[in-house]
Amino acid sequence: MDSVKHAGPVRLIATLGLAGLFSGVVLVTVYLATLPIIQRNQAEALEAAIYRVLPGAVSRKAFAVRGDQLEEISDSAAMQVSEGVVYGAYDEAGNLVGFAIPAEGPGFQDTIRLIYGYDPRTKQITGMEVLESRETPGLGDKIMKDEEFLSNFKSLSVEPEVVVVKPGTKSQENEVDAISGATISSNAVVSIINRANQRYLEVLNRATGGTPGEGSGRGQSHE
Amino acid sequence: MSDRSAFQEEMTKGFWKENPVFVQLLGLCPALAVTNSAINGLAMGGAVLFVLTGSSFLVSLLRNMIPKQVRITTFIVIIATFVTVVDFTLQAMAPTVHKELGAFIALIVVNCIILGRQEAFASRNPVRLAVSDALGMSIGFTFALFLLGSIREILGSGSWMGIELFGAGFEPWVIMILPPGGFLTLGVLLMLFAHWKKRQAAQAARLRKEAA
Repeated sequence: MDSVKHAGPVRLIATLGLAGLFSGVVLVTVYLATLPIIQRNQAEALEAAIYRVLPGAVSRKAFAVRGDQLEEISDSAAMQVSEGVVYGAYDEAGNLVGFAIPAEGPGFQDTIRLIYGYDPRTKQITGMEVLESRETPGLGDKIMKDEEFLSNFKSLSVEPEVVVVKPGTKSQENEVDAISGATISSNAVVSIINRANQRYLEVLNRATGGTPGEGSGRGQSHE
Repeated sequence: MSDRSAFQEEMTKGFWKENPVFVQLLGLCPALAVTNSAINGLAMGGAVLFVLTGSSFLVSLLRNMIPKQVRITTFIVIIATFVTVVDFTLQAMAPTVHKELGAFIALIVVNCIILGRQEAFASRNPVRLAVSDALGMSIGFTFALFLLGSIREILGSGSWMGIELFGAGFEPWVIMILPPGGFLTLGVLLMLFAHWKKRQAAQAARLRKEAA
């Protein structure tokens, strides 16, 4: 250990440099090896959620919302951008079932990422699923699992806007029963949805007046 | 002491006599934060086992090549590399577990058990002993987290390892899976450990007196 005790600066720099170099090589290797799997997991989770929030859908397309236009984009392009993407979902005959809208916003502890289905014909939300959240286990995390809370979002009217009410007092089409003990998380979910509605609904409603996915032969909505 | 028994000695001390959580009171942040269910405790323990054993092995192997002045920095680089590997691997292989443990995986880097074992043990002992020490410490840590997680899950959610234990009549004691429940459970367990230790010491003293 004698040579080590009286190590000069060159030795110190070399040690740390080598450690950093090896560490970097290992990290890059592991990152590259796991990245495709991680992305596939996320894509699968999103895919499954789209079909769950839009019952009856069998196929889907990704659209980018640019200004007040819907523009069809590829899945890989949809993965790259985090904002301004919606998914149009279609039934077996190729008719539009609705749009799955991913949205995110602040929750009680961390960002909540969710996706919800919207049917422009009935102007109703058809289902909601939380993709990612760190709400309090046992209370706030009921926004992910609580059947009663989630059933609020099946055929929920968006007009004039979604409103949270005290647990068990839902009487209007646009009201959501809060989870008792988790009012903040319940409010967070609804305000994320309201904000996304403001951003997208006008475009989506107008687009379904025309034909989203025009020219592709599939995905036209006939009413 | 023969080689074999030294190996076993290093391994078992971490489980009970020098249990990192209950006796050394190290690594309490993850011990309190992720133990709201038994399975989370196990997962966190598994991650720590991998990081601690890997780092101890490398540090012990390189102990004569690392200059004293930069040893802590080098240890941290080694530990951080292992932690990031765990982070990516969990995210790819077990996304649900990764989601539950969240930021606490990354925070293993600053878990004092890990750096503590490198400084106190791995950097001064041969590879075999360093690995057995690391295994013992991480098994002790996992045991502690599993125990905490089990108690909190049973009382706070009425289930264990995700299996419902009680009928619908059970009103979960929600505070147990919230942060205060972690402190309460840990406090009671620490009290028990201190009590056992005191009794053992008293017994040993009595035996010595009788022998004299």
